[in-house]
Amino acid sequence: MKIVDILKPTFWKVVAVLIITSGLTSAYFRFSLGLGATTNLRDAVPWGLWIGFDYLCVGLSAAGFTIAATVHIFHLKKYEPLLKPAILTAFLGYSVVVGLLVIDLGRPLNFWHPLVMWNIHSVMFEITWCLICYTTVLLLEFAPVILKKLNLTAPIKLLKFISTPVVIAGILFSTLHQSSFGSLYLIVPKRLHPIWYSSLLPVHFYISCIAAGLSMIIFESYYIARSMTKDEGFSNTGLKMEVLSGISTAILAALVLGFLLKLNDLMENGKLVYLTKLTQESVLFYLEIIIGTIIPIYLLGFGNYRNDKKWLFITSIFVLSGFILNRLNVCVTGLIKSSGYNYFPSFDEISITLMLVVIAVIAFRAVAKYFPVFESEHDTEKLGNRGTNIIQNN
Amino acid sequence: MLKEYGILFDVNLCLGCGSCYEACKEANNLPETNDDFLKDHLSESTFTVVEQYGEHFARKLCMHCNEPACESVCLVGAIKKSETGAVVYDADKCIGCRYCMQACPQKIPRYEWGSTNPRIRKCILCHTRVKAGKLPACSEICPTEATLFGSMEKIIEVAQNRIKNNPENYYPKIYGLEEAGGGHVLVISPVPFEKLGYTSDIPKKSMPEFTMQAMEKIPGVVMGGGVFLSAMYWLTKRKNQIAKENNLNSQGKN
Ligand code: SF4
Ligand code: SF4
Ligand code: SF4
Repeated sequence: MKIVDILKPTFWKVVAVLIITSGLTSAYFRFSLGLGATTNLRDAVPWGLWIGFDYLCVGLSAAGFTIAATVHIFHLKKYEPLLKPAILTAFLGYSVVVGLLVIDLGRPLNFWHPLVMWNIHSVMFEITWCLICYTTVLLLEFAPVILKKLNLTAPIKLLKFISTPVVIAGILFSTLHQSSFGSLYLIVPKRLHPIWYSSLLPVHFYISCIAAGLSMIIFESYYIARSMTKDEGFSNTGLKMEVLSGISTAILAALVLGFLLKLNDLMENGKLVYLTKLTQESVLFYLEIIIGTIIPIYLLGFGNYRNDKKWLFITSIFVLSGFILNRLNVCVTGLIKSSGYNYFPSFDEISITLMLVVIAVIAFRAVAKYFPVFESEHDTEKLGNRGTNIIQNN
Repeated sequence: MLKEYGILFDVNLCLGCGSCYEACKEANNLPETNDDFLKDHLSESTFTVVEQYGEHFARKLCMHCNEPACESVCLVGAIKKSETGAVVYDADKCIGCRYCMQACPQKIPRYEWGSTNPRIRKCILCHTRVKAGKLPACSEICPTEATLFGSMEKIIEVAQNRIKNNPENYYPKIYGLEEAGGGHVLVISPVPFEKLGYTSDIPKKSMPEFTMQAMEKIPGVVMGGGVFLSAMYWLTKRKNQIAKENNLNSQGKN
């Protein structure tokens, strides 16, 4: 691709440039004026969009560890084409999380304190360390893709040698912090609305991130395959129907399990009454469950939808929307009533968040374009054919 | 080692004079925030307030919990229970994550939102004064012993006696003794505490226990998970190998 091509303006490029410029401006104001002047946070609402968004990115990155486990630990090789996109997604997701966390810190210059000042009783402490360790793991897992392209074989060998313990560590770190994000809210029993507050929050979080993470992979494979090749469906991402139906079964299982657990929790703790009244909370909860759980279970439960790529893509959008609603409910809307203050993010909060998302998307596309992230048998076959052609021509 | 001290606030004895409010501002170098102290709220510049409910006055301040939620969630240990019983804050450690604000069941900690290097602000039970052998500013100035400072045993005893000797004037409960596992600020009053704006639906057990349940499981998850994953790794690899060998064998036969 020539420079001229990169600079050629398209609609999305213009939008991206606008978003990044406004995000940078907002970031400048945030650091020079402080949180009070640039966000809608206040004493009653100390956490807002940024923390909520961190929750989303962490959950959507969950495919990184589930696919790594499937391929490397359970040796289900047919899922291998998913591995690299999942790890790349996770790595970029976590980069957004780290970026937002630092921006959200009131005293950002002290960001390194958790490395040397420890309070091992703090859930936040555990999460911070898991994030640091897991991002390192992701880097180690993804490094071979880059190194291969650069023809550096020596480090690849070393990475291969340590790969199994690295994968196991990665799965453990993920399990811990995915669930710990739920534990963060265990300390607010009377403030988070009872529809969402539960001593099982960590378990709910863990199960729902599996469904969401896998849906994310379906979603982005479809999107990348279409936007990069203009091909129908997933044909350029090495995703065969067999692989897709495998993940969709896993998604279905996670959704059903999560739903039963939630139902059980609501019944056992006498919380069903909250669902009989029409409140902002109950409406949001119904939305979350219908969009994110009931509709996808229905769609995935029928073979003809499950075996259709387009419907799978649509299902993934449902699961993802429900997941986003759930996380925002737990960390923003579920707390509104007890804070007595209606929070809506400020322009600067939104524009900084959008900027990080756009940067992550650009990075994903760039890496997917220049490195063999979506390397499929289809491609290798083509290459192979070309190879023989060349030989024959000679 | 210093003994643990606390404050007893008696609604029956409070005149609503606001001396504690003024004294706290002066002792902590806090700017004036409202002409009428009865209309003021807790903020980064106001560590205690006196609120009027009909003929009664109620003071609000940090409860200095025995096992503070704010301390347990702070990942860098910027909030600590000191040996005087006060829950104190070290701005040099704080990273400004505001988890302490989210976690406090009394919604006490405030934040310097206007600053680019903000601190968490709240009553510190005049911890330096107490260590130097002085009384907290608010209790030193109180003209009626409505705000009384002393060792925990002492103030609990005083509170119990006041209730026992004067049952018709007191609601039979000491607020702060059990809330969130108990703390170092106790309140007694003639009416139920919710009527005076004290948060009533606070769990009895100490707040850190809510997260401890989950945190305790971590070592088990790590050990069990590690063993399980390693075993699965080995097992499935072996299974694939056997399958391959079988394949080869059967191919060989054909
Ligand atoms: S009342 Fe709140 S701020 Fe005060 S010690 Fe307890 S948890 Fe911490
Ligand atoms: S804001 Fe500061 S004191 Fe409060 S929990 Fe975070 S680091 Fe600790
Ligand atoms: S103990 Fe000290 S800091 Fe706390 S309210 Fe009284 S004067 Fe203010």
